[in-house]
Parts: sequence; structure tokens; C-alpha cells
Amino acid sequence: MTAPIQSWTPIAVDLQDERLIRHEGIGGAISAFRAGVRGGDLGSLPVVIGLVLIWVIFQILNPNFLSSNNLVNLALQSAATGIIAIGVVFVLLLGQIDLSMGSLSGLSGAILGVGMTQLHWPIWFAIVVALAVGAAIGLLYGLLFTKFGVPTFVITLGGLLAFLGLQLKVLGPNGSINLPYDSWIVQFATAWFLPPWLAYSLVVLAVLGVFASDWRREERRRRSGLSMGSVALMLIKSASLLVVGLVSAWYLATDRGVGLMFVFFVVLVIVMNFILVRTRWGRSVYAVGGNVEAARRAGIKVDRVYVVGIMLGTLFATIGGLLASARLMSASVSSGGGDTNLVAIAAAVIGGTSLFGGRGTVYSALLGIVVLQSISNGLTLLNLDSSIRYMITGAVLLLAVIIDSLSRRSRASHGQA
Amino acid sequence: MTVEEASVQQRAPSREPVLSIRGISKRFGAVQALTDVDLDIYPGEVVAIIGDNGAGKSTLVKVLSGVHTPDAGEITYEGKRVSISSPSASQALGIATVYQDLALCDNLDVVGNLFLGREIGGRTLDEEGMEKRSWGLLRQLSAKMPSVRTAVASLSGGQRQTVAIARSLIGEPRVVILDEPTAALGVAQTAEVLNLIEQLRRRGHGVVLISHDMANVQAVADRIAVLRLGRNNGTFRVSDVTYEDIISAITGATDNSVSRRTLAREAGEAGAS
Repeated sequence: MTAPIQSWTPIAVDLQDERLIRHEGIGGAISAFRAGVRGGDLGSLPVVIGLVLIWVIFQILNPNFLSSNNLVNLALQSAATGIIAIGVVFVLLLGQIDLSMGSLSGLSGAILGVGMTQLHWPIWFAIVVALAVGAAIGLLYGLLFTKFGVPTFVITLGGLLAFLGLQLKVLGPNGSINLPYDSWIVQFATAWFLPPWLAYSLVVLAVLGVFASDWRREERRRRSGLSMGSVALMLIKSASLLVVGLVSAWYLATDRGVGLMFVFFVVLVIVMNFILVRTRWGRSVYAVGGNVEAARRAGIKVDRVYVVGIMLGTLFATIGGLLASARLMSASVSSGGGDTNLVAIAAAVIGGTSLFGGRGTVYSALLGIVVLQSISNGLTLLNLDSSIRYMITGAVLLLAVIIDSLSRRSRASHGQA
Repeated sequence: MTVEEASVQQRAPSREPVLSIRGISKRFGAVQALTDVDLDIYPGEVVAIIGDNGAGKSTLVKVLSGVHTPDAGEITYEGKRVSISSPSASQALGIATVYQDLALCDNLDVVGNLFLGREIGGRTLDEEGMEKRSWGLLRQLSAKMPSVRTAVASLSGGQRQTVAIARSLIGEPRVVILDEPTAALGVAQTAEVLNLIEQLRRRGHGVVLISHDMANVQAVADRIAVLRLGRNNGTFRVSDVTYEDIISAITGATDNSVSRRTLAREAGEAGAS
């Protein structure tokens, strides 16, 4: 007599449908990931593969590329435009676009420079003035868009020119202002690095934070009677984050270390992503980007979401502009000009934020800017001038948009649009 | 209108309508869309509003859901006179409307859509609490949903309709208005939605169903209110009305192809026997 062996563990409320394909444990996680990729849910996979390829190619072409000295520079170069890209993510999620972020960042650099050197303002006051100007411009854009229904494309195209003009006006006849090297903002952007012990402690603290938040989520799921992830997977995730973090911190510490401005950028990314994913306001941003009419009928104050989102865009453009000027120790007619604006937008898109609204996370700003800055930095190391750099950056952007469109189509045909 | 009088007598006298409208008129420019329309909605009852294109069904629904304010007439909700000036006023009263286009956010998952604009949690969203309540709600409706964490875009038409209807129940409304819930659905999916309407009745909601499909109406409705050219053209109990009666009420003619065929068939049967 063999009794049928049955496990009597109760099935979690969310796994009771017999049609559901269950993915359990580590093997399940891998097969779920494979199914997702096949269905067009690529996530950050293409970017990570692209980044590895770019790094390998440049390292072969120039052995200095992956030197700790160059990676420290790369991190600092990424931060300012990366912060602008955070703002781009919010604007794109709403299904809008801001073409004037380059001009705004140039304008804020000019305000900082003129405020510090000619008007003798304290630095904090110059920063506050620049931020206030950025917020006011965002408010103006937002009101023009929500009250008059002018497309943001046109509003910000006007802004691109108008605020470039204002930037020139603020700079005055010289057209270029040098920021004093000993001011704290310049030091912050160029010379302040985390001492190794602090870098290691931050990495450990961050990983502990990730693990604790995963653990608490599983605990809440267990209490709600929902299915739980595997503890092994959680441990693997935290352990690999820890290893990657510690190795990076150690490698960068063999040169100057982790730049404080880069840490500031990463912290901003994490905080803004938390706001986007875990709060009611963030949910309303996704809803507005996905279906405005549905959001309106659900009682979301759509106009307010638009205005705040667009203001976040201009605000982050301002912060990025301040730090860019501080890093270059100058504010000039060319700050924020050239490719700043398009690189910021390209970074968000390459990182995986959809141009069509409603899809993406703030991490795409971080991923995308590291990819673009690696290309730009690598080409500079190869002594190729900016003509080639522009062409290659353009081609990469085009590639990213093609991947975005293809994965959209694939999601549609696999029923995941 | 003998049919209507009969149905009035059949109604249990003790039951109070949860929502009743009297003499509603609405005019758009030169068009009189609604003239003196009356309607009662009782808890635990499905009222189907039917009528030809342009009969005023959508306008009536929009008056109830607060999109249009009526020019004349009165609306009584739970015995009190009310005015429904906006969609949010309608929702606050306890009238939930599921529009034909469903108004779902394709990029959000089922939980996100169910609680859109009404998320629970303090400073941060309580995802687990919302997921648990989502499952509870779907179970109550006997709705089959493989996962509530998939994006709504990947659901079938019937499942999308289920999400839209379930969402309307989050605020515990007393009246649920469904605008063409089975249009563009397949046979199995239509059956799924009809089951859902049955569950709404069982839960004690007053259900207003707008539909073109007479078979569906006869399958789930308790009463049928016919509109013709913006006026009431009869209220029938489903149990004691024939398809022909309804068609003639909709078209306003006793002489049409359906009644002619019936007559011919009856004549044929009489001749054969």
C-alpha cells in the first residue's frame, strides 16, 4: 500500500489559478527571466550587454580605458549630465519632452558664475537663485502646456532659444566666467573623493538596506498570505551587489577614489526612483503617461501631475548645469550648448525609458549616461575628435530607439504591451 | 401601457428604489436628447436600458454619471433629492460607471488599475495590502484571473472588462452602470461578463446595463426600460415580455419584419393544424 504523497502546504492566494505557470526558486527565476526576454520584456539587458561590449572594445583599442584613473574621471564626467537625465526620465514618463534642458543648464551655470564672481553672493544663495529660476521656468512650461494645450515639444523648442538668449544676457559681454577653484562647489565637483573606509562602509550599508527592504517585503507578503520569493535568490542578489560594490570601491580607491559628485548623483537616482515606484504620486505619473483619460477619470489631478513632472525636469536640468559648470570651473556661452540636451535625452532612452510615455525607471538615467559617457570618453582617449563622437553617439541613440520600438512590437505580439 | 402597469403591480411594494429619476430632460442645441424620462433602480436588480441608435441611452447614462447635468427633472438617491454636477459627485454618492472604453492604463498591472486614484497605504504604497484585496475582490466576483501582477495590456477583452468592473466596486457603490459591457467580446468572454453581472446583483448592487444585444439583456436583466427618441417607451419585466414586444417598443412600430415573420409563422402553424 503506497499512499499518494501530497504536500499540504497551503497555496498562496495569488498562485491558485491552475493556468498560472509557476516559477519557483533559482531555476524558476532564470526561466521566468528567459520567458520575459523572449516576450520582449528586455529590461536593462541590452544596455548591460552593450556596456560590457563597449568597455571590452575600448579596452582592446586603448589599455588605459579601464585604468582606475580613467574610471574615476568617467564617473565624474557622468554625474552632471546624468542628473539632467533624471529630469528627462520624469518628462518622458509623462509622454512629454523637454528640448530646452541644455539651455537651462547653461543658464543656471551662468547665474552661479555671475552670482559668485560679480555680485559676490554666497554660493548657497547663487544656487538657490538658480534653482528658483529653474523651478519658475518649469512652472511656466507646465502652465502653458496644461492651460493652453501647447505641445511641450513646441514650448520647450521656444525655451531652448529664449533661455540660451537669457544665458548670454546674464553672462554679459565677456561671455565666459571662471569659477574660483577654492570654492566648495568646485571642490565638490572636482576634488572631493570618498576615503576608502567610507566608500566600503557606504557599500555595506547600502547592501544591508537592499537586503532589509527585500526581507521586509517578503515578511509583508507572508502576512498577507501571498506567494514568497526564494530566500536563496535574495541572498544571491545581495551578495553579488556587495561583491560588485566592494570591488568597484577598491579599484577606484587605487586612484583617487569615488568622487563625491558621483555619489550625489547615485543617491539622487535611488531617492527619485523610490518616489516614482513606491508613492502615490509616482503611480500617478505612470498612469498619466499610460492613459491620460483613464487617469483623469480615476480622479487623478492630471494637470498637477504634468506641472510637477515638468518642473522636476527643469529643476534637475538646473542642478546638472550647476555641477557641470563647477566641474569645468567656468560658466561660458558654450556651457549647456552643443550636445548636452540630446545626450541627456539619449541617456534616458538608452537606459530603457520609453519615448512613448509610461514605461521606465530612474535607473535608466544612470545606466544610459554611463554608456554614453563611456563612448565619449573612449573616443577621446583614441584622439578622435568630436565630429566622430557626435556621429557615433547619434548612431547609438538610433540603435536604442530601434531596440525600444522592436521590444514594444514584441511585447504587443506576446501580449505584454 | 398595460405592460408597464402590470409590472408596477408585480413589484414588491416595500422595496425602495436606491436611485430614481423623474422627468429628466436634456437638450443639446436644437436636439432634444431626453424628454421627461423616468427610471427607477432597485438594489439587487438589473435594469437594462435599450433603444435604437440616438434613443438617448448614452445621454441618460451621462446624466447619471455626472458628465451632463440635466436641464429639467429631479434625481432622488436613497430617498433624498440630489443634483449630480460632476463625475466625482456621482462617484461620491455611490454611483459607479464603467465606460465602454474601460479607461484602463495598459502599462500598469491589474492591482495598479484596480486601485488607481485610490491607492492604499500611508506615505508609501501598501502593495501587499492592495494585492490581497484585489484577490479578495476578484474571488467575490468569481472572476478567473491568472495573475494580478501582469500588465493589463496582456489580458483578454473579457478580463479587461472584469478589471474595469471590479475597479468600480472598490468604492462600494450602490449603483453600477455598465455601458455596453459585452460589445466587441467573444462568446466565452461575454458569458464571463454576464456571470459578473449576476454576481453584482447577488451582492445587492443596483445594476444599470446598456446593451444592444437582446439575447444578453434577456439573459441577465430583471427589467427592461425602452427609450425611443429620447422618451420612455415602456418598462417591461423580462419574465413576461416577448422579443417582439421589445422590438416593437424600440422601433415604435408593431408592423416590422420580425412581427410579420411571427405572424406568418403563426398563420402557417394555424394552417398546418
